[in-house]
Amino acid sequence: MTTFMSRNDLFLFLGFTVVVLAMPIWLAPFGAGYPDLLQRFMIFGIFAVGFNILFGLTGYLSFGHAAFFGVGSYAAVWSFKLLTLDAIPAMIFAVVISGLFALVIGFLCLRRSGIYFSILTLAFAQMSYNLAYSVLTPITNGETGLQLTLADSRVLDAAMGQTFSGQPVPTLLGQQLGGYAGFYFCAGFLILAFFIAQRIAGSPFGMMLKAIKSNQTRMQFTGFNTRPYALSAFVISGMYAGLAGALLAVTDPLAGAERMQWTASGEVVLMTILGGVGTLVGPVIGAWIIKYFENILSALNDNILARFWSFLPEGAADFMVTITSKFVGDGWHLTLGLAFVIVVIFLPGGIMEGVRRIAAAFRRSGSSSAKPSARTQPAE
Amino acid sequence: MEKSNVVLHVADVHKRFGGLHALADIDLQVEEGKTHAIIGPNGAGKSTLLNVIIGKLAPTSGQVVFDGTVLTGRKPYQINQLGIARVFQTPEIFADLSVLHNVMIPALAKRDGMFKLNMLRSLDSETGIRAEAEHMLEDVGMITRREMLAGSLSRGDKRRMELAMCLIQHPRLLLLDEPTAGMSRHDTNTTIELLKKIKSRGMTKVIIEHDMHVVFSLADKISVLAQGRIIADGSPDEVRGNPKVQEAYLGGAH
Repeated sequence: MTTFMSRNDLFLFLGFTVVVLAMPIWLAPFGAGYPDLLQRFMIFGIFAVGFNILFGLTGYLSFGHAAFFGVGSYAAVWSFKLLTLDAIPAMIFAVVISGLFALVIGFLCLRRSGIYFSILTLAFAQMSYNLAYSVLTPITNGETGLQLTLADSRVLDAAMGQTFSGQPVPTLLGQQLGGYAGFYFCAGFLILAFFIAQRIAGSPFGMMLKAIKSNQTRMQFTGFNTRPYALSAFVISGMYAGLAGALLAVTDPLAGAERMQWTASGEVVLMTILGGVGTLVGPVIGAWIIKYFENILSALNDNILARFWSFLPEGAADFMVTITSKFVGDGWHLTLGLAFVIVVIFLPGGIMEGVRRIAAAFRRSGSSSAKPSARTQPAE
Repeated sequence: MEKSNVVLHVADVHKRFGGLHALADIDLQVEEGKTHAIIGPNGAGKSTLLNVIIGKLAPTSGQVVFDGTVLTGRKPYQINQLGIARVFQTPEIFADLSVLHNVMIPALAKRDGMFKLNMLRSLDSETGIRAEAEHMLEDVGMITRREMLAGSLSRGDKRRMELAMCLIQHPRLLLLDEPTAGMSRHDTNTTIELLKKIKSRGMTKVIIEHDMHVVFSLADKISVLAQGRIIADGSPDEVRGNPKVQEAYLGGAH
């Protein structure tokens, strides 16, 4: 077991687990300690961790990962409709289907690299989005979205003699997955997803992915066929996206095509960059911050703003309300865009780079007698 | 002619880039265990020839045979897996990884082949590969720099590390594209000693070099390339005295 996981990795993993499981407690003072939002923190955390395996480790920027997220959602809802309301078969089904989907799309897109790869993934995702709205309506139920009804066959549940009254909801071993149960269900998967990502990053395979990002030419002249490596990373990150999409369907069993839109693909790119590309924890933090501020800012309206600025003289207050109202509610994306620009310009390594800089500054002031050459290693 | 010990045979290779005849009628035989130097003025086609051998460029006609296997048409990674490694003119390294990892990666390529999905095993458990890489770094005198990022090394150190990356694979054939360019005299001599050491282990080498000091201290055989053609071929002494060679070099200089 000594070589199974290094000490640092073990501490990072345990710390992460504690932070995640205790979220209902430490997020309560921030007004974010309620299950619905916490579930989204977990789900988009998984999405971002998986995306980072492709983008952060391997250096391939996909603009189409929302497609796999959407496929995961649809697959999970179909499992609820056709097989059983239990969540576990739905998760497995969703991960397998999105993995296959990623295998096909990745195989085609990875014939190119750089910007051409990004454009290809974007094109495939937009195609999937449009197909979900048009030709594939029998599978996706088009604009209405795919939802559970009493008339669904649910062959496994029927075979077990289970019947339902009222609106069907996903369960785990007969228990409903609403509220905190839903949160802990998602949290378990985030912790598992983080653990696997950590193992991958610390494995020989992970080193190859980093080497591909660093110098693909050298990899080829070193005897590696880089295509299957990149494709594996693509499929793994597609499966992560599918898992996240399935969890969203578990907590809210309604799958719509808008989950596959390019804005959703762009959001996971923002999360990863904001948190710190190539780091393990960064993308999760990026996802949490974006979902937190989305939650707060999009709920604000002119009345709340008017109350906030009411200490100012009337004319000035009105002026401030007019200005700030552009940045909240539906306009919260404007705030997100500004924050993103500021981070990319001043902290290209994202929030994790900020953390490293602060830690380095503390170390310097804390032990000024120590060797000045002690440079911080980029923590993974 | 006795050909049994020829390990690399470049047979009637032509390479055209549009109207430019970069390589014309190249026939080159490299014997097992020997160091074969290719010299010639700038633009003679030396790097193009190396690129054709390694699979980076496809010849317009002709083929390259390595130990009975036709290399032409194969991918660079397949050619490497057959036992051919290359040091580039500008070092091709993994700048974002540590020196140790840079050297471990080729060792893993040698052990695991062109693709292996070993993602649940920890890198820390690869103690054998790690020891091998550290030993290699000791050989090239870079063991103290093993934790540094490769991108932060000096130019000479990058070259030495790239050489270590090739040597750790124990290739049967090593291609060197100006391995001492940009090195100080001291580093050049260290590299020559290192290359001599490899030679004593029986590794075949093809070396492109401008530095005649390096060429004449290492080469068993020299081919002179000018304007895409081999104009002279032979032992160092034969080539040194060849009037065509002197003309080509003087012609290139004026």
